[in-house]
Amino acid sequence: MSGPHGFDIDAIRKQFPILDVEVNGHPLVYLDTAATSQKPQVVIDAISDYYSRSNSNVHRGVHTLSQQATDIYEETREKTRALINAADAREIIYVRGTTEAINLVASTYGRQNVGEGDEVIVTAMEHHSNIVPWQILCGEKGADLKVVPMDENGDLIMEEFDRLLSDRTKIVAVVHLSNALGTINPVKEMFQKAHAVGAVTLLDGAQSAPHMAIDVRDLDCDFLAFSGHKIYGPTGIGILYGKYDLLSQMPPYQGGGEMIASVTFEKTIYAELPAKFEAGTPHIAGTAGLGAAIDFVNQVGLDNVAAHEKSLLEYGTERIGSINGVNLIGTAKHRSGVLSFVVEGVHPHDVGTVLDSQGIAIRAGHHCAQPVMAHFGIPATVRASFGMYNTTDEIDRLYEGVQQVFEVFG
Amino acid sequence: MNDLSDLYQEIIMDHRRNPRNEGLPAEHTHTAEGFNPFCGDKVSVGLKIKDGSITEVGFTGEGCAISLASASLMTEAVSGKSVDEAISSFQGFRALLTDGDGDVPDGIDLGDLEALAGVRAYPTRIKCAILSWHTLKSALDNKSAPVTTE
Repeated sequence: MSGPHGFDIDAIRKQFPILDVEVNGHPLVYLDTAATSQKPQVVIDAISDYYSRSNSNVHRGVHTLSQQATDIYEETREKTRALINAADAREIIYVRGTTEAINLVASTYGRQNVGEGDEVIVTAMEHHSNIVPWQILCGEKGADLKVVPMDENGDLIMEEFDRLLSDRTKIVAVVHLSNALGTINPVKEMFQKAHAVGAVTLLDGAQSAPHMAIDVRDLDCDFLAFSGHKIYGPTGIGILYGKYDLLSQMPPYQGGGEMIASVTFEKTIYAELPAKFEAGTPHIAGTAGLGAAIDFVNQVGLDNVAAHEKSLLEYGTERIGSINGVNLIGTAKHRSGVLSFVVEGVHPHDVGTVLDSQGIAIRAGHHCAQPVMAHFGIPATVRASFGMYNTTDEIDRLYEGVQQVFEVFG
Repeated sequence: MNDLSDLYQEIIMDHRRNPRNEGLPAEHTHTAEGFNPFCGDKVSVGLKIKDGSITEVGFTGEGCAISLASASLMTEAVSGKSVDEAISSFQGFRALLTDGDGDVPDGIDLGDLEALAGVRAYPTRIKCAILSWHTLKSALDNKSAPVTTE
């Protein structure tokens, strides 16, 4: 099967060794990419090669291996800059993942700039990682956390966002693509409005980064957070992008080695960006893997990935949505990558177990978005989420799996 | 490969469809709430205890088939039993699900609870099956804070 622009699904699938695994006697159908993506061989090899041939610490040795490790580490920073069209590689900070990136901003920029009576705005469809750090900050500072509500389809109610914005708004932190509903939010418009009242903006790109091109200068976001492991790279490495002027005025997040220019017991002078925010020995192997993942994604082309996944979502919405007794959760106008549903009378965990018995991996639960579940009045959903390697045949397997659920629980 | 029919045995499906002792006893002397933060399963257990015996027991809850059937089976297992017998059933049930070989200690007869033995093969579901029992224990101890599986 070959799609538009030479998108060859068979060739892509061959690059993911895990897709050959059998689960419970069936070929694996992996529909849990929103939790973490599978890894192509080039990413696995890059990590293994790094440890086999280049392993060393960065930025401190005069020896050859240290230089190699430093090169890998900094090349990935440049690749990341290009991926998101940042102006300067020093705006790319390595962190463990999206969660750490958001915590970093809340603990540094937030502590410095949010005070009593100020407000932080998030939306009703945030992942817990874009709620809790702001709650902690607001609790500490006597500030208020405001929430943009959504409607019954899972679209934000933009009039309410407009109403919430004021000169008290200091930070607007918004998820780009909802992990629980698949909604794509109109973030460019939201950031324009946020900037108009003088607020700083943060984009949670954990889910969107693997599905669509993100241009930080076009969207004009002040901060962007995303994770390597959702974009076909390894776990434990993620990115915080921040505008240079903001990052340079922020205090450090953690103290230690790597992040200093000079240390005496009387005074420490912090290093320049990006080192100021990268205390300690970093996840160098993770950057090797992430660099390979970015090359891989660029080779396939994010536009091709987006087109392929759009057709999967359309097919899945039609096929799964047509089943009597299945209700789709989240039917926003613009969606990507996620098909969330409930099966009448059967708890999502039971659905998950029946599907697993047929080798189908989905996520059953609240998806770390309990306020979203509360909004729809349900404890949990079944979530099938797509990556570049999924096929319509796999959606047919999901369809048959759901029929099996009815047989067991009929 | 795990066989689904070992997990979803007929007796479990029956208790899920027709839960026994649903609702808390009107004049309960002991009560507790249980919660599994990972999957959102919730259960409340109420007991009426007189002279060291459980004269009435009931539950309410929302969750998967395993957690609801287990709660229902539990109420049948402890109804009319002494508090000590209920605690020893809990120990036996926990052994059935989590001990290395699943051997229940001598002298404990689990009866219908044995139907949940299949959960052993599904480690992620053990918490579903055991939540109501932790909640029962918490009610017996008269703890006020909700018990969680974590």
